[in-house]
Amino acid sequence: MQKVYSRPKGLTDAEFAYCAGCFHSVAHRMIAEVMEELDIIDRTIGVCPVGCAVFMYEYMACDMIEAAHGRAPAVATGVKRVLPDRIVFSYQGDGDLASIGTAEIIHAAARGENITVIFINNTTYGMTGGQMAPTTLVGQKSTTCPSGRDPKQAGYPLRVCELLATLDGPSYIERVAPTNPAGFNRTKKAIRKAFENQLEGKGFSLVEILSNCPTQWKMSPIESLKWIDEHMTKTFPPGVFVDR
Amino acid sequence: MTDKKLMKGNIAVCHGAIAANCDAFFGYPITPQNEIPEKMSELMPQHGRVFLQAESEVAAINMVYGAAAAGKRAMTSSSSPGISLKMEGLSYIAACELPCVVVNVQRGGPGLGNTLPGQADYFQAVKGGGHGDYRLLTIAPWSVQECYEFMPLAFDLADRYRNPVMVLMDAIVGQMIEPVELHANFEIHEYPKPWATNGARGRARNIINSLWIDSAVMEDLNNRLQAKYEQARRHEVRLWEYRTGDAELILVAYGSTARICRTVVDMAREEGMPVGLLRLISLFPFPEREINALAKQGARFLAVEMSAGQMVEDVRLAVNGLTDVGFYGRTGGSVPTPAEILDRVRETLHKPPVMSTQARREVS
Ligand SMILES: Cc1ncc(C[n+]2csc(CCOP(=O)(O)OP(=O)(O)O)c2C)c(N)n1
Repeated sequence: MQKVYSRPKGLTDAEFAYCAGCFHSVAHRMIAEVMEELDIIDRTIGVCPVGCAVFMYEYMACDMIEAAHGRAPAVATGVKRVLPDRIVFSYQGDGDLASIGTAEIIHAAARGENITVIFINNTTYGMTGGQMAPTTLVGQKSTTCPSGRDPKQAGYPLRVCELLATLDGPSYIERVAPTNPAGFNRTKKAIRKAFENQLEGKGFSLVEILSNCPTQWKMSPIESLKWIDEHMTKTFPPGVFVDR
Repeated sequence: MTDKKLMKGNIAVCHGAIAANCDAFFGYPITPQNEIPEKMSELMPQHGRVFLQAESEVAAINMVYGAAAAGKRAMTSSSSPGISLKMEGLSYIAACELPCVVVNVQRGGPGLGNTLPGQADYFQAVKGGGHGDYRLLTIAPWSVQECYEFMPLAFDLADRYRNPVMVLMDAIVGQMIEPVELHANFEIHEYPKPWATNGARGRARNIINSLWIDSAVMEDLNNRLQAKYEQARRHEVRLWEYRTGDAELILVAYGSTARICRTVVDMAREEGMPVGLLRLISLFPFPEREINALAKQGARFLAVEMSAGQMVEDVRLAVNGLTDVGFYGRTGGSVPTPAEILDRVRETLHKPPVMSTQARREVS
């Protein structure tokens, strides 16, 4: 019998504590698969965020550092600069990367820092209970904009890929939506490329994954996929923004 | 013996860091410490090491966090407002038990303050500064020579205690020019770092983390930190006593203020006043036992600092009510002159000492 599915070596034996259907699990698994495929588990250092993925260090089989909220790109920079032959990635949510850590991500990108960033955009602060995020859509409800995000009061969502694409530093920036088999494959390919670029010394690579939060969105996992396709992709169109 | 060279304290810090095998420097410009990142941008690449100007002090300390986690000797430098921004990172670094060195060339404050000398970051340096129960081992040079020599000491303490070390200077110490001997009269120890996150080749993976949701585990970490600080209290107190033997009044000071006080001691002695100086080199650990012993011999104290009264609180705690502890301070970038300190010395010695109840009990 052919084995078609097994636990990637890039993951530990720990069971994910994520909510059912949450994309954090999907993204973790894909990173683990890529680390195994590229045979870099024993020379990769991951930097995890403050957010729902704060326990990522429990799950990844490589060395891991837990950063302060938003500071992962600076921590990753510190590691990469002193160990340039190691592979360094940061993994960050939208509150972490696009709000409190905006300066750190922009400058890591502007420097063309040779690191890989996996950015989980779920339009909400999942961990703290579903407050408004920098990526919350106009009109979208959250616990701190209960009648929907009103741009007059709370401004507009931040488009990270578009923003970073204005810089000369990045080598690769892509936004993906793993809401169907094609998007799923695209996501895996993008993550792999973001790591390969670093191995080739090409510089800063970032993959934004349009993600769900069934719990805070108060939807079933299936409904959440539809919501990403119907609403999120309007503000955050998937695509390759930089590839050089 | 090597030749003596004339240089600023800030420049001597850089040579000291090179001598200490510092692997990486991350910093952000702020006066009066700009000579440090400027000189490091030249020296570090020359020695095949890492220099990077960060986008902020927040980023700089987090780069230090990453480089220290990777097992390398890393440092940053800044001045008061920038040091405030580093406090988040320092709390994480202390909690993760990572070694690193931070230089603070203090200026006048609070707020943006000015670029003149100050010593008002004392509390921030020695009480932790950021959130949670942690301490920075803190040492204070008072000469350009010590700016050089305290860098290897700082890195050694950092590695030995796996704790951030603060080198607390001020605009005078950083900016003054003195002859310095860039000698190699110290041993640079290599400390094994089996905990470093530098790639899990041939070993189990390492995790650098400060999140412990189980209260018992979190308390264990706190107990471990406190045990470490107790060790430091026992072994790392550094001070210099000057004419304290028969002194009835002992000035307590550190950094540039201590140098001014040494002059005051000589002036007072010429007038026949029995005055001495206790110059603090380590601020954390604080020389509690040493000050208490001097208090038991009956000496009175006068704390002199460029603040509204910060170090004086630790002197009072150490004296524990046994004798008088006076205070003289200037703030906002004003430097106390020997004459005004001497006035306070005369005033203090002319007043009869107030004897504590405990001391009175011991006499009767
Ligand atoms: C300095 C600081 N501010 C605030 C918090 C509280 N906090 C924890 S997670 C989080 C938001 C996380 O949201 P996001 O980055 O979008 O990740 P998600 O949980 O949605 O995966 C916040 C504000 C913190 N831990 N540290």
